[in-house]
Amino acid sequence: MTKAFWKPHRIVMLALAAAIVLWCAFNMNWTWLPDYLDKIPLAIWRTIWLTAASMTLGMMLAIPLGLAQAAGPWYLSTPARVYCSIIRGTPLLLQLWLLYYGLGSLFPQFPWIRESWMWPILRQAWPYALLALTLSVAGYEGEVMRGALKGVPGGQLEAARAMGMPRTKSFFRIWLPQALHRALPTIGGETVLQMKSTPLVATITVVDIYSLSKRVTQDTFIVYEPLLLLAVVYMIMAGMIVLLFKWLESRVPSRTA
Amino acid sequence: MLGLIAPTAAASAFDLLAWSPPGWGATLVAGLWNTILIAFGAYGLGLFIGVLGAFGKLYGGPITRDLLGVYTTLVRAVPELVLILILYFAVTDAVNQFLVFNGYERIQLSGVAAGIAVLGIVQGAYSTEVLRGAIQSVPAGQIEAARAMGMPPMLLARRVTLPLMTAAAVPGLANLWLTCTKDTALLAVVGFIELTKATSLAAGTTKAFLTFYLAAGVLYLILSLLSGVVFGRIERWARKGQRPMAGGGM
Repeated sequence: MTKAFWKPHRIVMLALAAAIVLWCAFNMNWTWLPDYLDKIPLAIWRTIWLTAASMTLGMMLAIPLGLAQAAGPWYLSTPARVYCSIIRGTPLLLQLWLLYYGLGSLFPQFPWIRESWMWPILRQAWPYALLALTLSVAGYEGEVMRGALKGVPGGQLEAARAMGMPRTKSFFRIWLPQALHRALPTIGGETVLQMKSTPLVATITVVDIYSLSKRVTQDTFIVYEPLLLLAVVYMIMAGMIVLLFKWLESRVPSRTA
Repeated sequence: MLGLIAPTAAASAFDLLAWSPPGWGATLVAGLWNTILIAFGAYGLGLFIGVLGAFGKLYGGPITRDLLGVYTTLVRAVPELVLILILYFAVTDAVNQFLVFNGYERIQLSGVAAGIAVLGIVQGAYSTEVLRGAIQSVPAGQIEAARAMGMPPMLLARRVTLPLMTAAAVPGLANLWLTCTKDTALLAVVGFIELTKATSLAAGTTKAFLTFYLAAGVLYLILSLLSGVVFGRIERWARKGQRPMAGGGM
């Protein structure tokens, strides 16, 4: 912390904030906490896992989607654009329910699906949650990647071609790394947004940290305390994501003119 | 195919979506109306908070700035769903305590009012940031010139800062409006009957899940496409008189 941060009014505000936290810790009802303590780490892990897995898989889909929009022929770029508009134009909650209740209600009608090895997986809720989150990431990041791929200076690609690099190699060595570098701050922000949309999976019975807090409320009729703790947990996770992306950005050397 | 989508005997997708009672068309449209109503209200409230917040963040005293910083950071770090639950209970509690304190009866807050208040507070944090950026893009010379002419702050904001920042703010505000229409779906989780909740009620009753969720998706999509057209027009209007970027103006 630098000297500029420690101004008198900030010290007073921090003291007030500390007082509020202490008041919450001693005057609110936290008796339920020990009973649920052993379930909290697993629930937090589910949230982190859903965020990380959907971001990774979603980015893998987003790169081709962005490439198709940035440089593809019309029969690739039009479907990609339509897909992105549909995902970005409808609420994630609706997409989630469409996949879980809609697709989920179709599958049992086919005996060959019920008898296949996939059925024990398809009967659970988490594949639908992961699928909906992944498709949503792909839609939003596809748009981001389109801009990032288009933003790479054409001279870089021409230079690669002049050196005799094949198209695939120049894409993976020149075009994509520079585009990802450009998009990194945006992707960091989108990861926080993605983490913030994971509690929706609780509505299709996936037990993440949000649904655990709802269960506490149902069991004990305590409303505010679990929600406040939940907000703190999410804030810490958001802070960690921001720090992670700051570290990632600092690892990539960039020349500032 | 339609038989697959709607397993209830002899009910095709079009019968289910019909306007009058065996169909659920009227329910869905009523839900859509609620969605639009809340989105408009919340967006307006958010803009109001955003304008005040942006001016406070740029020109306010140190305490105002820090408090606004805490507000925008907190709201943007916590999931909307959790905020909606916290604010929903907190707002209802606060209103009721106020009423009881003044000797009135407790009331059940209407879903629309609570939804607008809650989503408006969330939107306000995002609008603050968008508008702050837009105000900063106004050339400092313009504001200094107005001050030099002796314009009082309110007149300056109304005549110089707000009109000049509109063009820079419109793309960000258009995004916020789309987020706002989609965030209304979160109110379904607290049981408010907007489009998503109405759809899930219809789907749960008729077991025609795909039909109804696809229909609702189309309604949301139409809403967002229409908004895109409207905001495109607003942006063109706001950029009226600006020199085109490529021309090397400014």
